[in-house]
Amino acid sequence: MSWRTLLRKSIAPALFVFAVVVVALLPRFMGEFRLLQFTLVAIYVIALLGLNILTGYSGQISLGHGAFVGVGAYVAALLSLGRPGLELYMLDPPDWIPIGDGMRPVFTIPIAALVTGFVGFIIGIPALRLGGISLALATLAIAVSFPILMKRFAEVTGGGGGLNLNLPETPFGWDISTRHWLYYEAWAIAGILFVAAWVMVRGRLGRAWRSIRDGEVAAVSSGVNPALYETLAFGVSSFYAGVAGALLVIEVSFVNPDTFPVSLSILLLASAVIGGLGALSGVIFGALVLEFLPVYAQKPPLLPFDFSTQAPSVVFGAGLILIMILLPGGFAGLLRMLAGVFNGAVRRLIEGGRQVPVSSTRRNG
Amino acid sequence: MAAFLQQVVSGLAQGAIFASLALALVLIYRSTDVLNFAQGEMATFTTFVAWSLMNQGLSYWPAFALTLVIAFVGGAAVERIIIRPVEHRPEIVIVIVTIGLLIALNGLTGWIWGAEVKAFDSPFPNETTEVAGVVISYQDLGVLCVCLATVLVLWAFFRFTTLGLVMRAVANSQDASRLMGVRVGWMLALGWGLAASLGAVAGMMAAPTAFLDPNLMLVILIYSFAAAVLGGIDSPVGAVVGGLTLGVLINVLGTYVDFIGGELRLPAALTVLLLVLLVRPQGLFGHRVVRRV
Repeated sequence: MSWRTLLRKSIAPALFVFAVVVVALLPRFMGEFRLLQFTLVAIYVIALLGLNILTGYSGQISLGHGAFVGVGAYVAALLSLGRPGLELYMLDPPDWIPIGDGMRPVFTIPIAALVTGFVGFIIGIPALRLGGISLALATLAIAVSFPILMKRFAEVTGGGGGLNLNLPETPFGWDISTRHWLYYEAWAIAGILFVAAWVMVRGRLGRAWRSIRDGEVAAVSSGVNPALYETLAFGVSSFYAGVAGALLVIEVSFVNPDTFPVSLSILLLASAVIGGLGALSGVIFGALVLEFLPVYAQKPPLLPFDFSTQAPSVVFGAGLILIMILLPGGFAGLLRMLAGVFNGAVRRLIEGGRQVPVSSTRRNG
Repeated sequence: MAAFLQQVVSGLAQGAIFASLALALVLIYRSTDVLNFAQGEMATFTTFVAWSLMNQGLSYWPAFALTLVIAFVGGAAVERIIIRPVEHRPEIVIVIVTIGLLIALNGLTGWIWGAEVKAFDSPFPNETTEVAGVVISYQDLGVLCVCLATVLVLWAFFRFTTLGLVMRAVANSQDASRLMGVRVGWMLALGWGLAASLGAVAGMMAAPTAFLDPNLMLVILIYSFAAAVLGGIDSPVGAVVGGLTLGVLINVLGTYVDFIGGELRLPAALTVLLLVLLVRPQGLFGHRVVRRV
């Protein structure tokens, strides 16, 4: 292995370590409110990882990701309230819900994730049979139906008023505030899930997904079962959504149907595209955009006036269109392009102006 | 029985609105293979334009006609400016562009006209008539007539005019049409313009009863998608039949099944749709897509 390949191979891990250091040090420079915002960024990172696996790698559009985040949130909320908690709400939980005295919030995360993943897998079976356009429609329908269903089955979900939770306390007697604890918890989980996604898309699973995305006929002839892998992608992406939902409900200690409007699902897809489909590195950028663009598009920094509350939508939408036209790879694609230019420049510098074909650093994945 | 028929009639009126928007979706889908997620928001936007025109003192029908023209120009412009650059890219790219348009237009509508609900005048008298014991409101009747008339005009255009023939040719095969000397790009723009006008009709018909706010067409768009998919996404007849069927279905289900009631109409309709599609993936009138290897 030449030193140059070594250098190139170490860029990704180095960037990851750099990100970890930044995330670890960030709370030193922030107040509670900023901390909350950056915790939400971690939660969005998780949701977008799942969406990117589904849309970016296996090539299926989901306009209902927000609803799956909602499923995770409601499951986590119900589990941590438990039956006594629900009765406190004057709700009468039906017997089929085996909820005891309530769980510690952190333990609800894996259960919420598994339940949501299972729900996604089950919904994926009929939905994927429809393929392409009908799938987009079906997921959009799920996104629209979710708040309606949550309002309708009020005896479990608390209806329009939703459910309130208590903010958990910092465990192990650590000397940090709850907000700090939740921040580290969210980012730690985001980091683990990021690595897990990276392992998945690099391996057999990712290859199968990409082969279906890039040509189903060829994939089938190579022995890939599209239905199985597509449903699996749906399940995995829902699992991620479930984790995000559980973390969200713990962080804001509140859940109601209007937390998950259709626009959340649509904006999640938009952010995934802005970050870059089919590349994990853009996910953090997408999450930052999703959290901070609505704030800064309304009150632009440096400018002495505010825009309408609708300005974020206009910027989001116009941005989405422009990115698709000019920069289909999103932010990750831009990074890759810059890396390619940089690589070429370095090479020319080293090889002393000799004409060397610039090798493409683009990799499919 | 009379009560049941009454539900059917108001379902038909509702369904006619779905049918118009569904037809707009099919129109674009047939010529460009794109499902236009922004169709509903385009319709909402033009309905607000109509509201502004009437606020300026124009009476209903002149405002209606002017809005159709504006919608046509706007729709064609959208195709030329936004869709054209991504025309030959993968389907997912074009779908995302239309989703971007949806978000942007929804925001723009709210930005220009505000989020509060506006009253939209109806051109039809607020009275009812009785036919064989069935009470029918003029509003429902008017909506049904206008939507069906629009569909008929459109059908005649495609069936009997040269321009309509050329547009059908483009939908059939762009390459062959181009070789025959057809300016394919402009035909596509024309298709988008027609679809936008059709959407504007749906919006203006829906606004008096549904009230006008920036999210006017969101739910209607989903029903229209469902109608188009139910009828077969590449079939204009299917879109109209699908729209009317869906309208009647949700009205009857909502009235007679207590569990569904007013709130669960949308999920119920979509469940029915899903079941139909599992049995017949190409929809009622659609063509089965045959893939060759």
